[in-house]
Amino acid sequence: MNGGFDFEKPILELEAKIEGLKKLPESHAVDVSDEIKSLEVKLDLARKEIYSNLTPWQCVQIARHPQRPYTLDYIRLVMDSFVELAGDRLFANDPAIVAGLARMGARTLMVIGHQKGRDTRENLHRNFGSAHPEGYRKAHRLMKMAEKFRLPVVSFIDTPGAYPGVGAEERGQAEAIAYNLRTMAELETPIIVIIIGEGGSGGALGIAVGDEVMMLAHSYYSVISPEGCAAILWKDHSKAPEAASTLRIAPKELLALGIIDRIVPEPLGGAHRNYERAAREVKKALADSLDRLADIPMKELMEKRYTKYRRIGSFEEE
Amino acid sequence: MRFFSKHIKVRKRDIPAGLWTKCKSCSAMVTQSALESNIMSCPECNYLYPLPAWKRLRTLFGEGEFFEIDSRMHPNDPLKFVDSMPYPLRQQSAEKRAGIPEAVVTGIGSLGGFAVACAAMDFTYMGGSMGSVVGEKITRLIELAIEKRIPLIIISASGGARMQEGALSLMQLVKTSAALARFNRKRLLYISVLTNPTTGGTTASFASLGDITIAEPGALICFAGPRVIKQTIQQDLPEGFQKSEFLLAHGMVDLIVGRKELKAKLIEILTLLETPKFTNETIRGVVAQNGGVNFGPGPLEA
Repeated sequence: MNGGFDFEKPILELEAKIEGLKKLPESHAVDVSDEIKSLEVKLDLARKEIYSNLTPWQCVQIARHPQRPYTLDYIRLVMDSFVELAGDRLFANDPAIVAGLARMGARTLMVIGHQKGRDTRENLHRNFGSAHPEGYRKAHRLMKMAEKFRLPVVSFIDTPGAYPGVGAEERGQAEAIAYNLRTMAELETPIIVIIIGEGGSGGALGIAVGDEVMMLAHSYYSVISPEGCAAILWKDHSKAPEAASTLRIAPKELLALGIIDRIVPEPLGGAHRNYERAAREVKKALADSLDRLADIPMKELMEKRYTKYRRIGSFEEE
Repeated sequence: MRFFSKHIKVRKRDIPAGLWTKCKSCSAMVTQSALESNIMSCPECNYLYPLPAWKRLRTLFGEGEFFEIDSRMHPNDPLKFVDSMPYPLRQQSAEKRAGIPEAVVTGIGSLGGFAVACAAMDFTYMGGSMGSVVGEKITRLIELAIEKRIPLIIISASGGARMQEGALSLMQLVKTSAALARFNRKRLLYISVLTNPTTGGTTASFASLGDITIAEPGALICFAGPRVIKQTIQQDLPEGFQKSEFLLAHGMVDLIVGRKELKAKLIEILTLLETPKFTNETIRGVVAQNGGVNFGPGPLEA
């Protein structure tokens, strides 16, 4: 399955046509190569047209695309090696957050990220990328290890939200997230955050405090899911597209609001259409960011991180 | 018949204040004044009704013992947010209902002679939700407490981050937690008091970062609300789930303290930890020095 959204229909139709023409036997009386060429030009234009004018809700849909590359895909394509480390040492290992040591070029990094499943079986295991407190506490443990060994932290964000369940509440979901926020605010090592799909509220934020926060072009980041917001404020789930626009959750708007620092481009048609190219963009963005941050003395970095968050907010004062 | 019933029907708002109300929890008929004199808790079953910020502060600070800071901060509308109502209109009606311009009151006070930085959230203002103003006021209070080296007490009552300010609200979780990271490193005391209800982004930030965490009896304290959880797991929730007593049993809070006992308990802790004592005059001076902030009698003496 590739795409299948309503707004992608013109693209899918053109693709099917081209595919059909290409399948014609060589012996076919009419030469179709010119027609294929002209259709390919049209396809290219259609993709550009559609993907440069996405509505926020379409952005949400692409961010949730079941074929979108996930954290472990990026780790496989971007990192030279990866040793996954498990467990919070308190209760369990949460497969909804993966973490471990990774090599990228000349650097060893601590990589953390939400992990969704590709199919039903894997999603049951990964809990659809919705972490329990154990996931945040594993991340906490490994961030402290990163600080100890002065390894930069790279955090991949892709979650619909922290898991709202009985066990999660009993074991202190809120406390686990709050401690991560406090720890990340003063962690003495550079932290780079990249939102690769869904940036679902506190569940995303729990591993998303950083010196540089980036977003892939077709990802979203929001205080509440558009559906949740629609249910509460419009009393109607189906108003999610309106809520998505009103909440300003698309990368460009968040950049303008000063919530994120940069947008990482995606291949035309979305990261799910070309994993390698998406990974190349991510790798380039991470390498640039690591270079920038490596030059800043730790004390200055801490001060900059504090000031960055200290400034966020909009209010009047007489 | 219709003609008569229309006239006989007594609307709720026609009942003069100070008369009888039916307790939400035990259905006992109690007078409004009995409720008020019992700090908004039912004299029959001790059910705790929401306590607005200034009423809460009055239970802790006597006449002239609390000085508000940052009282002139108002929300604006950075996202131009409109749902069934534009955000500025919601602010107006919230201000009218709560009688304060935002969901938290912050200041410095003398609690049994101890100088404390204190914040009280107000659930009547848009469900005590945290937007830019709440985040900024809490952060300024923490920074002031660091500067003056005094303990911090935050009394939470909040539905979480405010949707109408989108990701700006979400970032207030980081802002307040980052300020608390600095506060914590200065080895200063933070007592977090969780009241009914404390949920969502507020619980997932400053409310959960106290050295000592006190909960009001029977308060709902959680990350995700019971309705959301029930919807997700499609099962009934355990008895008393997410209530203070449940949190105490699960190791998430230190102690449960009733409204009437809170002041004495806070003073007991401040005494044990030997935090510095100040006179009201010194505190008034501290507030005055802190340029731009409002000080003086404030509504406590009004």
